Amino acid sequence: MSDWAGVLIFLAVAVAFGAGGIVTSFIIHPRSIANQKFEAYECGVPTIGTTWVRFRTSYFLYALMFVIFDVETIYLFPWAIKYQSLGLFAFIEMMIFLFILIVGLWYAWKEGALEWK
Amino acid sequence: MLENLFTNIAGLLRNLLDSAGVPPLWNDVTLLVVKLVAILVFILINALWLVLMERKVAGYMQARIGPNRVGPWGLLQTTCDIGKLISKEIPIPKSADKILFLLAPALVFVPPLMIFAAIPFGKDMVALDLNIGLFYVFALASLTTIIFWMGGWGSNNKYSLLGSMRVVAQMVSYELPMILSVLGVIMLVGSMNLTEIIAAQQNMWFIVTQPIAFLIFFIAAVAECNRTPFDLVEGESEIINGPYTEYGGMGFAMFFLAEYASIMIISAMATTIFLGGWLAPFGLTFIPSWLWFFLKMYVLIFVVMWFRWTFPRIRVDQLMGFGWKILVPLSLANVFVTGIGMYIYRAIGW
Repeated sequence: MSDWAGVLIFLAVAVAFGAGGIVTSFIIHPRSIANQKFEAYECGVPTIGTTWVRFRTSYFLYALMFVIFDVETIYLFPWAIKYQSLGLFAFIEMMIFLFILIVGLWYAWKEGALEWK
Repeated sequence: MLENLFTNIAGLLRNLLDSAGVPPLWNDVTLLVVKLVAILVFILINALWLVLMERKVAGYMQARIGPNRVGPWGLLQTTCDIGKLISKEIPIPKSADKILFLLAPALVFVPPLMIFAAIPFGKDMVALDLNIGLFYVFALASLTTIIFWMGGWGSNNKYSLLGSMRVVAQMVSYELPMILSVLGVIMLVGSMNLTEIIAAQQNMWFIVTQPIAFLIFFIAAVAECNRTPFDLVEGESEIINGPYTEYGGMGFAMFFLAEYASIMIISAMATTIFLGGWLAPFGLTFIPSWLWFFLKMYVLIFVVMWFRWTFPRIRVDQLMGFGWKILVPLSLANVFVTGIGMYIYRAIGW
């Protein structure tokens, strides 16, 4: 049996465990009908305005930065594993790759993308 | 005798099934399910116990004794709490996205349980010895972000949405230094298999050769599971309780248990990668390997709890600035220095 079949078994049991907890709770918990209880828990007064609105762009800038660097790490992992057998050429090449990204980080920093405004 | 206690039990079970004429495939599956149940029980008991430990640690740090009424030394306190929570109603807000709202607490336990499958608890004590173990752990750990986001968005509550926005921003920012910091270790080992990483620490733990990486990893990991001083996500004084604001009963209990399970995971991972996992230090092999793993894990868990009562909560701009301007460049520099260092070592002929 391959390890990944084991991962699937773990996934199935984990989902069943979580769902089971919630379902069990739904079976045994008491119910009472009170309209107030189902209002959004905000300030005690009826909630004003909609929640799902457009959001500030700072979050988006961080997300963009994250995607760029996360893709970078995908390339770094195989390189790191084979580092000892690859020799100097791969090291220099990866440093050039990292250098380009560091310049990108520096540019984002300079342009203020890393500032929380 | 104690050293091989659990491996002997597994071997005994395997022989028993073999002699009963069970086909090898079903033998494997049965054994895996037994391991799975053992891990699940381990996580649940420890998570329950950690809640009590947190309250006890808090108590002693504030010169009081913490919970001490339910059971001896308050040991049954959290068990009763969960019993209470499971029998309480889960009120679903009228305006909530009901599917997402209920899916989040049901799924929040999936990543912790699946991560524990790959962690070696002791000598030969790993449920799934994956060849890309480290990558698997990080991949699953980052899935937690989506589950928190589902809960926060599905609640249709302004505080929940703010909290889950912060979860996403914080987790993606601190995931980078966390992943980059272990690259140095991977370069030294040449493998992502957690068992091989531990085996490579036979002579020297990686905390000695990679101290900066350990610091970055631990700080980023504390931020990953939203613990003080990085707990803006559930800053009680400003956004009530972040993504869990609308949750009651078992829904809340699930998030709560998952939070403590993730503290166990970061401690277990830091132990495995940097503190030699189950390897006994100074040749103290009379203590079994799984007990060493457990001891090291609990020391780190204590440090995480110590943080909570030592550092004040930091601001959002400080949080982001620290992650992006200090930890990310530092972890990239660590990769660079490790690479150069390994060349120098080889040139000297060490």
